[in-house]
Amino acid sequence: MPFGNTHNNFKLNYKVEEEYPDLTKHNNHMAKVLTKELYGKLRDKQTPSGFTVDDVIQTGVDNPGHPFIMTVGCVAGDEESYEVFKDLFDPVISDRHGGYKPSDKHKTDLNFENLKGGDDLDPNYVLSSRVRTGRSIKGLTLPPHTSRGERRLIERLSVEALTSLDGEFKGKYYPLKSMTDAEQEQLINDHFLFDKPVSPLLTCAGMARDWPDARGIWHNDNKTFLVWVNEEDHLRVISMQQGGNMREVFRRFCVGLQRIEEIFKKHNHGFMWNEHLGYILTCPSNLGTGLRGGVHVKLPKLSTHPKFEEILTRLRLQKRGTGGVDTASVGGVFDISNADRLGSSEVEQVQLVVDGVKLMIEMEKKLEKGEAIDSMIPAQK
Amino acid sequence: MATSFTRMMSGRNTAVVLASIGAGTLASGYLLSDSAAAAERKRAYPPSADFPDLRKHNNCMASALTPTIYAHLRDKTTPNNWTLDQCIQTGVDNPGHPFIKTVGMVAGDEESYEVFAELFDPVIKDRHNGYDPRTMKHPTDLDASKITSGMFDERYVLSSRVRTGRSIRGLSLPPACTRSERREVERVVVTALSGLKGDLAGRYYSLGEMSEREQQQLIDEHFLFDKPVSPLLTAAGMARDWPDARGIWHNNEKNFLIWINEEDHTRIISMEKGGNMKRVFERFCRGLKQVEQLIQERGWEFMWNERLGYILTCPSNLGTGLRAGVHIRLPFLSRDPRFKKILENLRLQKRGTGGVDTAATGDTFDISNLDRLGKSEVELVQLVVDGVNYLTECEKRLERGQDIKIPSPVPQFRK
Repeated sequence: MPFGNTHNNFKLNYKVEEEYPDLTKHNNHMAKVLTKELYGKLRDKQTPSGFTVDDVIQTGVDNPGHPFIMTVGCVAGDEESYEVFKDLFDPVISDRHGGYKPSDKHKTDLNFENLKGGDDLDPNYVLSSRVRTGRSIKGLTLPPHTSRGERRLIERLSVEALTSLDGEFKGKYYPLKSMTDAEQEQLINDHFLFDKPVSPLLTCAGMARDWPDARGIWHNDNKTFLVWVNEEDHLRVISMQQGGNMREVFRRFCVGLQRIEEIFKKHNHGFMWNEHLGYILTCPSNLGTGLRGGVHVKLPKLSTHPKFEEILTRLRLQKRGTGGVDTASVGGVFDISNADRLGSSEVEQVQLVVDGVKLMIEMEKKLEKGEAIDSMIPAQK
Repeated sequence: MATSFTRMMSGRNTAVVLASIGAGTLASGYLLSDSAAAAERKRAYPPSADFPDLRKHNNCMASALTPTIYAHLRDKTTPNNWTLDQCIQTGVDNPGHPFIKTVGMVAGDEESYEVFAELFDPVIKDRHNGYDPRTMKHPTDLDASKITSGMFDERYVLSSRVRTGRSIRGLSLPPACTRSERREVERVVVTALSGLKGDLAGRYYSLGEMSEREQQQLIDEHFLFDKPVSPLLTAAGMARDWPDARGIWHNNEKNFLIWINEEDHTRIISMEKGGNMKRVFERFCRGLKQVEQLIQERGWEFMWNERLGYILTCPSNLGTGLRAGVHIRLPFLSRDPRFKKILENLRLQKRGTGGVDTAATGDTFDISNLDRLGKSEVELVQLVVDGVNYLTECEKRLERGQDIKIPSPVPQFRK
């Protein structure tokens, strides 16, 4: 329940042009799509839980964006948002996800055995491997919209499901608000702890409300499987380990996810999913697989090569700094991950990472020897 | 009362009529209710499930909010559909500091103070030294001629300033307002200001359309306000749609200045270098009265009632909304261990010269009145005048090696 927007019916007393936001200086997907006419068409609608178009777009209005970085500029408050406001979300999704059409179907494939290779990325270059995704619990609203009661229910359901896991997944939950200093220190050192969001992209969408109420971190005893509760999505599921065995990371990811889903289903709380959009998450950029599979890899020579960006684009990969999104690389080490989320399956996306990173390491080795790499540059995948 | 006829009246007219006859709670029944599914969702989460965890909190809202009050108020809305959760969100998100007690809640509209009185009243009492809105009346007095000894020693006082806020009746406040309401506030106020003449004549600078040069000029003059970064304000939704419909108006002489749509609909500031507080206050009162007349000519008025005085977003600014102060150099006095107590007894507070939450630079302090509600504008400014004169006396005595005395405390409310 973001601000000023629950009095939607009251707002209808004012004309469309009076209420239409000033998007002239904006550069985000929502601003490109939302004309006055479209706003007029959508502004008297609400999802069953009361989420309105102004709730959807507030983060995009408050954050005009950057001339070089195109943010999404809109969020969903519940599963039905994508349906009730499809006239806004469909073109945004198409723009963000490479032309994905309203009639397209998304393939889900969490069968790790379909992945080819991936267990032999050179550990001299690949420091760590990680796969993450998000899941939303069906029937409950999403972080921009949840009330405290709902968020606590999400926490309760999640903790119940997670603490019933056993074997390699046996672990423990650490609620953010009652964590001891020692636990907090440990989680920071393990690079597990998430902090109250400071990015205005998230805070303007109301996702930091009531912090740290009902937020927490669960991880297995081996510290290789980790779940964030009530951060940007209901659940963020992460599988990670040092070194280059992406295959193992992905295996654990798939198995763990399926176990968790089974438990939720048993209690009549499946995950939000449909065959058009795949897994439903708060930000449209994470629809489909919601999957970001990547490595921290040393590419000091390749990263300074003039064709680096183009190589990444052709391989359908993206680079980030080792601090995550919006950070710069340190010492030639990059976070390389899949760029796509919607329109290809989990296996396909991780395959792209595995194959792409392997190729880039070969290129790095060539550059080390002073050889050219032009013949190795791939065609667009 | 609750008929579709009232709904069909224009937004402003309806709101003005309802507000001025105090029909806030009656009117809330006439609103289109939530859809059946949303209502069911509410029932699925009883108030106890939604009650915020305030155990680590130190603000007035957290001290006053009990599960019982929350249960009474959670499902109520003002005529603009503003809820209790929205009032308190800023206090939930900002637990506060063990030493600084913030207020922890805001109003979304004039009716908030009525619909959620069960929580606002104890918060107001806590913040305003026992002022009880149920039984007491707030005096308004903008007759600057009553001020005596309002000229300070300029060897110590560098500048003098008086500020307050005003809200336009019938339009929601910054935490709640829609874009169109905010634009309406801008239109109403800018139109009125263009009618000011003589030493008050000036012009408007819209934040969104300002040129680089204008922006730099306003920064250099210490006039420009920026997008709020304090989480106390952003968590209350006051920075939404920035910089849409925000701006600054000032007169040609640059000593009368109005901020539009920052933390309140309007913030009105009169200031000048030097120690002539009486003149600053005189211009303040004159300007305020003229602006009020100009908006009344067009059928608008300020939010005011005799329990709470001028209605503003933050309960801490109710009453006069007035902060009168000086920038003053007190090198000896500020080092004296009795400084704090002297200020306390004079009902004054110190801030750094950057405003609230800043530290003093060198020996220069911002000294202003602590109180807002329960005393009139004239009383508060006189209090500042007397207090600053006393501080200057203390400074001079300490310079001469003489001792100073802690003054007896200023009495609280009129009997």
